[in-house]
Amino acid sequence: MQFGVFTVGDVTVDPTTGREPTERERIKAMVAIALKAEEVGLDVFATGEHHNPPFVPSSPTTMLGYIAARTERLLLSTATTLITTNDPVKIAEDYAMLQHLADGRVDLMMGRGNTGPVYPWFGQDIRNGIPLAIENYDLLRRLWREDVVDWKGRFRTPLQSFTSTPRPLDGVPPFVWHGSIRSPEIAEQAAYYGDGFFANHIFWPKEHTQRMVGLYRQRFAHYGHGTPEQAIVGLGGQVFMRKNSQDAMREFRPYFDNAPVYGHGPSLEDFSRETPLTVGSPQQVIDRTLGFREYVGDYQRQLFLLDHAGLPLKTVLEQLDILGEEVVPVLRREFDSLRRAQVPEAPTHAALVAARDAAAAGTGAPR
Amino acid sequence: MTRRTLAVVSAGLSQPSSTRLLADQLAAATRDELVRRGAEVRLDVVELREHAHDVVNHLLTGFPSASLRTALDAVAGADGVIAVTPIFSASYSGLFKSFFDVLDSGALAGTPVLVGATGGTARHSLALEHAVRPLFGYLRAVVVPTGVYAAGADWSGDTADGALRDRILHAGAELAEQVDRRPASVGPADPFALTTDFAQLLGGGREE
Repeated sequence: MQFGVFTVGDVTVDPTTGREPTERERIKAMVAIALKAEEVGLDVFATGEHHNPPFVPSSPTTMLGYIAARTERLLLSTATTLITTNDPVKIAEDYAMLQHLADGRVDLMMGRGNTGPVYPWFGQDIRNGIPLAIENYDLLRRLWREDVVDWKGRFRTPLQSFTSTPRPLDGVPPFVWHGSIRSPEIAEQAAYYGDGFFANHIFWPKEHTQRMVGLYRQRFAHYGHGTPEQAIVGLGGQVFMRKNSQDAMREFRPYFDNAPVYGHGPSLEDFSRETPLTVGSPQQVIDRTLGFREYVGDYQRQLFLLDHAGLPLKTVLEQLDILGEEVVPVLRREFDSLRRAQVPEAPTHAALVAARDAAAAGTGAPR
Repeated sequence: MTRRTLAVVSAGLSQPSSTRLLADQLAAATRDELVRRGAEVRLDVVELREHAHDVVNHLLTGFPSASLRTALDAVAGADGVIAVTPIFSASYSGLFKSFFDVLDSGALAGTPVLVGATGGTARHSLALEHAVRPLFGYLRAVVVPTGVYAAGADWSGDTADGALRDRILHAGAELAEQVDRRPASVGPADPFALTTDFAQLLGGGREE
C-alpha cells in the first residue's frame, strides 16, 4: 500500500499570527513538504492544480520536475489535473516529459475542478464539465498509446497526423486515477478504462466515499478488469496529531475555525464526527485510518492533507515526522496483514512495464 | 390500505408557536381527509428551529448533518408536504428559505404542497401568494389552490369554527385529493445512482 500527502496549495493567513505567506514562501513550502515526505519514508506527493488566487500551483509539472530532481524514490502525482480546462495535448506532452525526467515516478489524478469562472478563462464552460472530462481523457489516452493520431471531437480543434512527443517512457503511459466527490459518471469512467478511482474523502461524509467506491468497484468488474475487490482505490484523509489528543485539538482549533472550506460553520467536534477529519493522538489516527477499510474494502493508496488553512511549514513538517515515525509504519503492517490475497498493489511504472512485457510474451506479439 | 406520508415543515421560532399550530391543524385536516379516503397516514414533522444551525452549516460545507439529512429525506420522500412560515419583512423567513435552498434540486418536482403563513396582522397575508407560492412554483411542486394565512386575530375568536377553520379544512381536502390521485412515493432520489453508462457518455461528447 502507498502512503503519501496531497496539497491544495492555498495561500492562507495563519489565524494565530495574522501572517500570510508570500507566494514564493508557499511554493517553497510545498517543495519542502515533498522532500520531507521522501525523507520520512512516505511514497507519494501529489499537488493540486489551480488557476486562481489564493492558490499557487498553476504549473504542476514545473514543480514536480523540480521535486523529481531532488528526490530518489518519491512517486509524483497530482490532485487533481484539470482534465476539463487543460488541453489534453498539453497534458500528454507535459506528463510524458515529466515521466522521462523522473524515471517513471509519475502518475496523475484527473479531476474537473469546481468553480465556474475558471472555465471560460480557458475557453470552456462549466456546464460541459462531464462531457469535457470524458472527451478530453479519451483523447489523452490515444495520444499516449497511438504514435500517430487523427482525431475530431467537440471541444478542441481536430488533429491530423499528430504525434505527441516525447512518447511515454518505455512506451507505457503514466497510471491514471480519476477523482470525484459525488459524480457517478466519473466512477463509471474510471471503471470503464480500468483506471484507479480516488475518493477525496476530506470535507465530506464517509457515505459519499462508500457509495462512489462501491459503484466504481461494481462497474470495474462489469467492464471485465477483474473482481470488484481488485479495483484500484485511493482515499484522501485529513489529520492533525500531537502526542496528547487534547493538545492536538487545542492547537488545531483556530485553524479549523477559520479554514477556507468549512470555517465558521460546524464545530471541530461535529466535523470530526461527520467527516473523516481526525485530530488527536497518533494512535487515534491509526485507528481511524484502519477503519476506512471497513467501508471501502482493501485499497491501494492513502493520501493525507496536512498543510492547508494557514498551518505554518514548521508545524506541517512536524506532522510529517509523526506520520513517518509513528503512524505509517503501523498502518503498513496492519493493512498488509488484513489485505486479502487477490488484491493488487497500486500500479507503478515498473509494474506496468512488466505487465506489458508479460502480456506480449504470453501472446507472442512483437514488442 | 395505501400508506401515505405527509411532511410538515414549520419555520416558527417561538415555543409554542402559532406557525406550528397552523401547521398542525393543516396536517390534521389533510390526514383526516386521507383517512376518510381509506389511506393510512404518517406525519413527519420538521421543526426548522431544531435544524437552524445545521441548515447554515450545510450552506457552508455543502453537506447536511445526519439529523438534517433525515429531515431533508423526509420532505423529499413525502407524498405531500405542508410548509408553513412566519412572514418576516414581506416574505418567508430566512430559515424557511434556507431549508428549501439546501433541499436537493428536483426533490419536490411533482409533489403536492400546501402552503401556509402566519403574521401579526392580516396586512401581510398576500405575502403567501406573492412570495411563498412562487418559491414552490420554482421548485416545480404542485401547490394546491388554497393557501392558508393566519393572523393574530384569527386565533382569538370565541369559537374554533370561524373563517380560518373553514379555510384549513378546505385546503387540507385539496392537498388530500392531490395526494390521493398519485401513486405512493418511492422515497427520495438516490444522488449516487448511475443513470447512464460509458458508451452513452462517450457518444454524447462525440461528433459522428
